[in-house]
Amino acid sequence: MDSETVVAPSAAGAPPQHGHVEHHFEDASQQKDAATVGMWVFLVTEVMFFGGLFLAYFAYRQAYPVAFASASNNTNLLIGAANTTVLICSSLTMALAVHFAAIGKKNLIVLFLILTLLLGGTFLSVKAYEYHDKWVKHEVPGYNFDCRTDTGAPCADAAHTPLFFSLYFGMTGLHAMHMIVGVGILLFLITQARKGRYTPAWHTPVELFGLYWHFVDIVWIFLFPLLYLIDRSAMPK
Amino acid sequence: MPNHEKSAEHHVVPKRIYFGVFFALVVLTWVTTYVSTIDLGRWNIFVALAIAIFKASLVALFFMHVFYSARLTKMIVTAAIFWLTLLLFITMADFWTRGWMGVPGR
Repeated sequence: MDSETVVAPSAAGAPPQHGHVEHHFEDASQQKDAATVGMWVFLVTEVMFFGGLFLAYFAYRQAYPVAFASASNNTNLLIGAANTTVLICSSLTMALAVHFAAIGKKNLIVLFLILTLLLGGTFLSVKAYEYHDKWVKHEVPGYNFDCRTDTGAPCADAAHTPLFFSLYFGMTGLHAMHMIVGVGILLFLITQARKGRYTPAWHTPVELFGLYWHFVDIVWIFLFPLLYLIDRSAMPK
Repeated sequence: MPNHEKSAEHHVVPKRIYFGVFFALVVLTWVTTYVSTIDLGRWNIFVALAIAIFKASLVALFFMHVFYSARLTKMIVTAAIFWLTLLLFITMADFWTRGWMGVPGR
């Protein structure tokens, strides 16, 4: 949209400072570009944050391939794939929420933010179920840890399987923590959207939160194959 | 009128692109899940990661609007991928090759 056509829409109850251009910016467009770049820089730090865990995963998987293959077969493939689908759906609804914010459909912004919230909640609930399942099967590293295959036999190289489960809980836990933060921000965005705060001229929070939500989706897109899929079919020699 | 470079913020992406990307992501999720049950030997990890990288690229380019973004944003994204690649590959190059020679004391 050209900045020419940006008119302050009749957003009832919107405080005047919203959509206001701070004095150090030339215009609203520059202000928005600066905000977007700032969000991306934050996401770069998040990439490096998760990157350290991914590195730990690769290094230990390389060191103990048999233990990792054996332990990763104890994740539930169907639940993992279904939950991945749920998260992808939530990314779609989030993208649509941003889309409707950009074209100024207030009710649809609220609707799609709520759908995103529900799908995010579904993902977290399924994750909680998986954690519980691992807890009752003694697959949480620590006291009483015991890795067993479907047949009840001990996992191959069982002594090193706690490494896999530590990384499993560490990585999915950090991911889930990001989702929980996201759910909190979504609740805030929904209340603001209901008040009509977000307009085609100014909906930066919706858009930047969209970037965050999609980033969290991308992290899961890599966690899913690494923790659930690899070595599903065969044990390494 | 200020004459700014066109960027994602001023560009409304058509809805059909979102639906197309969504469809591709869901199909690829189930494809990669199915492929994981087939024994490809050491290639399983490469296929799984290639599909994951492709899916992540779709999300970044279209859901996150990188495809339509200003050059500065594209540069920041590229820098992130570059440094992550350095982190992973240089460290793993060490771990992969350390056992290749019988170093005494190892």
